[in-house]
Amino acid sequence: MSTQSSRLAARVMVAPSVLLLFIWMVVPLAMTLYYSFRLYRLISPDRTGWVGFTNYLWFINAPEFWLAMGNTLALVGGVLAITVTLGILIALLIDQPVKGQGVLRILVIAPFFVMPPVAASILENLFMHPQNGLFAAVSMSFGAQPILFLQDYPMWSVIAIVSWEWLPFATLILLTSLQSLSSEQLEAAEMDGASALNRFRFIILPHMMRAITVVILIQTIFLLGIFGEIFTTTQGGPGSASTTLPYMIFKQAIAAKDIGRAAAGGIIAVILANIVAYFLMRGIGRHLDT
Amino acid sequence: MARATSPRRKALTTLAAWSVALVIFFPVLWMILTSFKTEPSAVAMPPQLFTADWTLENYAEVWQRSDYPRFFWNSVVLSLGSTLLGLAVAIPAAWAMAFVPGKKTKDLLMWMLSTKMMPAVAVMIPLYLVFLKLGLIDTRIGLVLALMLMNLPIIVWMLYTYFKEIPAEILEAARMDGAGLFKEIVYVLTPMALPGIASTLLLNVILAWNEAFWTIILTTTKAAPLSAFIASFSAPQGLFYAKLSAASTMAIAPILILGWFSQKQLVRGLTFGAVK
Amino acid sequence: MKMTQRALLGATVSLALAGAAMAETTITVATVNNGDMVRMQGLMDDFYAKHPDIKVEWVTLEENVLRQNVTTDIATGGGQYDVITIGTYEVPIWGKQGWLESLNDLPADYDVDDLLPAIRGGLTVDGNLYASPFYGESSFLNYRKDLAEKAGITISDAPTWDEIKAAAAAMTDTEAGVYGICLRGKAGWGENMAFLTTMANSYGARWFDENWQPQFDQPEWKAVMTDYVELLTKYGPPGASNNGYNENLTLSLQGKCAMRMDATVSAGALTDPAQSEFADKVGFALAPDAGLGKRANWLWAWSLAVPSSSDAKDAAKTFINWATNKDYLALVASKEGWRNAPPGTRTSLYANPEYAALPFAKMTIDSINAADPTNPTVKPVPYVGVQFVAIPEFAGLATSVGELFSAALAGQKSVDDALAEAQALAVSEMTAAGYIK
Repeated sequence: MSTQSSRLAARVMVAPSVLLLFIWMVVPLAMTLYYSFRLYRLISPDRTGWVGFTNYLWFINAPEFWLAMGNTLALVGGVLAITVTLGILIALLIDQPVKGQGVLRILVIAPFFVMPPVAASILENLFMHPQNGLFAAVSMSFGAQPILFLQDYPMWSVIAIVSWEWLPFATLILLTSLQSLSSEQLEAAEMDGASALNRFRFIILPHMMRAITVVILIQTIFLLGIFGEIFTTTQGGPGSASTTLPYMIFKQAIAAKDIGRAAAGGIIAVILANIVAYFLMRGIGRHLDT
Repeated sequence: MARATSPRRKALTTLAAWSVALVIFFPVLWMILTSFKTEPSAVAMPPQLFTADWTLENYAEVWQRSDYPRFFWNSVVLSLGSTLLGLAVAIPAAWAMAFVPGKKTKDLLMWMLSTKMMPAVAVMIPLYLVFLKLGLIDTRIGLVLALMLMNLPIIVWMLYTYFKEIPAEILEAARMDGAGLFKEIVYVLTPMALPGIASTLLLNVILAWNEAFWTIILTTTKAAPLSAFIASFSAPQGLFYAKLSAASTMAIAPILILGWFSQKQLVRGLTFGAVK
Repeated sequence: MKMTQRALLGATVSLALAGAAMAETTITVATVNNGDMVRMQGLMDDFYAKHPDIKVEWVTLEENVLRQNVTTDIATGGGQYDVITIGTYEVPIWGKQGWLESLNDLPADYDVDDLLPAIRGGLTVDGNLYASPFYGESSFLNYRKDLAEKAGITISDAPTWDEIKAAAAAMTDTEAGVYGICLRGKAGWGENMAFLTTMANSYGARWFDENWQPQFDQPEWKAVMTDYVELLTKYGPPGASNNGYNENLTLSLQGKCAMRMDATVSAGALTDPAQSEFADKVGFALAPDAGLGKRANWLWAWSLAVPSSSDAKDAAKTFINWATNKDYLALVASKEGWRNAPPGTRTSLYANPEYAALPFAKMTIDSINAADPTNPTVKPVPYVGVQFVAIPEFAGLATSVGELFSAALAGQKSVDDALAEAQALAVSEMTAAGYIK
């Protein structure tokens, strides 16, 4: 199918996307690189100059840096594990012929419709709040002390909130993939006496692999940049217990208004993201083109 | 994957699916319920369901306090505009990558995704400066472009995955019949990929609709969408959960309705091949 | 044909000219979504009646988002806003940068001498008034009188910290869901650090000595943090390390806080029966002291300013004069009662017998008068500001220190460790910023 002319056509068709994205990437990246070697504080514009690697060193030597790196990976890993596992199970479940399928699917993807800051605020205050939350009411009705989610389990709380937001995305993509699976194949396997588990393992799962890979890769990129939910709920705390790398950058950019440091943090984040992406592609990338 | 199943099994799966769906949906439901309570009732302990003071006052106040129609219209323009523009750019690209894959296709895909690796806050000032220089601050066209570029990698990726499901033979058959490239995409590929395109459209409209960092930083009044509307209802002084819930419900209602209409596309799934 | 075209053209031109003569100046006003500002937006008919040639576009955002947008705009010279709402921390710093337009030339009916001296002083740099206060606040203690009575204690109008500790112990009733005291624990320079800095002021502690040397290694800070952590862990609501202004206000409105120390501006909500069933049981007292001559109360004013980058400065000033004039207070009073007039900006408001009769009026003005931004601490300091230090580096530094202190409150760090880390952090940041050689 890949004739000379179709190859050329393909190039022409990919070009606009590539060109646009290239500009979109390279301009801010170049500016960020520039600022990362500069002293640039929004509020004190009179003090500027080249500072070499000072901003990078500040980031790497910050007491919470390694904790933040760990938390960033924990957030990505935790949310991926939850959303992909539950996403597969839920997709399998709602793919079955059930009553009210249409409404059901809307309900399942509804969390995705709620703006992230609102989702975080609602979950924090109406559910996890130790005095006024629904969970506290449940604990107390069993005579137990309310769980202090944000104080004692800050990272888990953030992971739970983000997972709830992203579960619909995973479910929807996995469901769409599941629907393209031919039922004849499954029926044939069923007649051959393959158990449900084996049908899942040898037919359904391999079929879904590309969708799973897509979910993992897209979500990873989004999750690596999350800071809004952390700001709304735990403010990275208590202490630095739920501080992630983007949240560290957020603090430098928004609270300290130190654009130089924020830029250095951004470059570090890009490096981290590339490392993660490299291993992901090594691990699951082959499923993309099968 | 619709297969004949016993009524008992259907009842069981229905029960299970609905339980799961309600658990996932519950926070949204609770938010909607909260939006109809008075503020003290919204944070009452134990939480009130049947004993709550129901009211429409929150909606009245939210409606009165801000120009909802303008924010709403901006959200529609920004999310639909950016998604449609994104689809126009991405469909050819995804077609090329799915049906004329080269050695570098996978790298190219990954590179596209990597344009999203920079955390938004880190480029806040650089990007703001660029927008300022180009006179794009608080303009719809600026925001449409920004949102389009932000979501373009996702659009390409999703389309690529859906296109990959389409058997290449069908396209080849079309080509045998003498269809040109343009015709092939418009008359053969697009109808077959419609459910995939619909689901891409829906997801990206939602992503753009929910984007709440750049849409707030880069707008003031003229182009401000519902995210800015929401930001005027969170964390003021005093009780605000009922009002925040009302504002949020107003912000998600349109997209919930859109989801409702497009669910047929989503549910039908990919209609080619051996399904049914 | 030609004639008609010309005639048409002429008509268009004259129409356009007429339009220009009537042209409205549009100003963009960025403001926080606090109750008093929202109320102002409902009273705009009055402004439009007086100034039909000015149209106001509102940008209403919550505090954090507003600050982020406004700072970005002003520091890059974006010129998106004609009037911005900023606080006492930003005004002197931005004024010095030349980012704000001086408001010295407001018309005589603005009556600048009527502004409360403490508030006016905080918004003035080198004799230039850079922002006009919309509402001002200090902090004070609100408590439930019924619980104090039940516990058999009285809280004096000017309590000491020892009194507060004893009262918290006496009124705590965890079984009933009543906590002795609610204080800010959420990390942030405007959250826990605003409170802790005032508490430190009353304990004789300070952020920096005269040579900008951080003072977290001093015994006064240790005493502050020990008492703070003890008060909240023994008598405060569980999860206090996540409670900021709003969370504590909510708990107070629900009657769950026997005592709470926070902004005076919340008095309006606390005494509003529509918001709280304990509205008639609220008592107020000055913020406590430790007998050293300074009370733990702050000073803040949400103020309106004109960025230098605005291209409609005259219209912006006209708007500011309307919004912060004495007449505006009277306007609010006539429509929504004196209780809802923006507090804490003008002497005349507190001289008004109707306003002075409100249960919180006297405590508010006494608290504001007790705060002195130029002389905030027991020992001398090189900085201005009560609950903040008016230097650009403060917001970032205090947010990081606030995290350490919230970790101490959550029990993740000992008080000693938190203070030692805060000291190290402050020394390194102040050295990097060039304050310490």
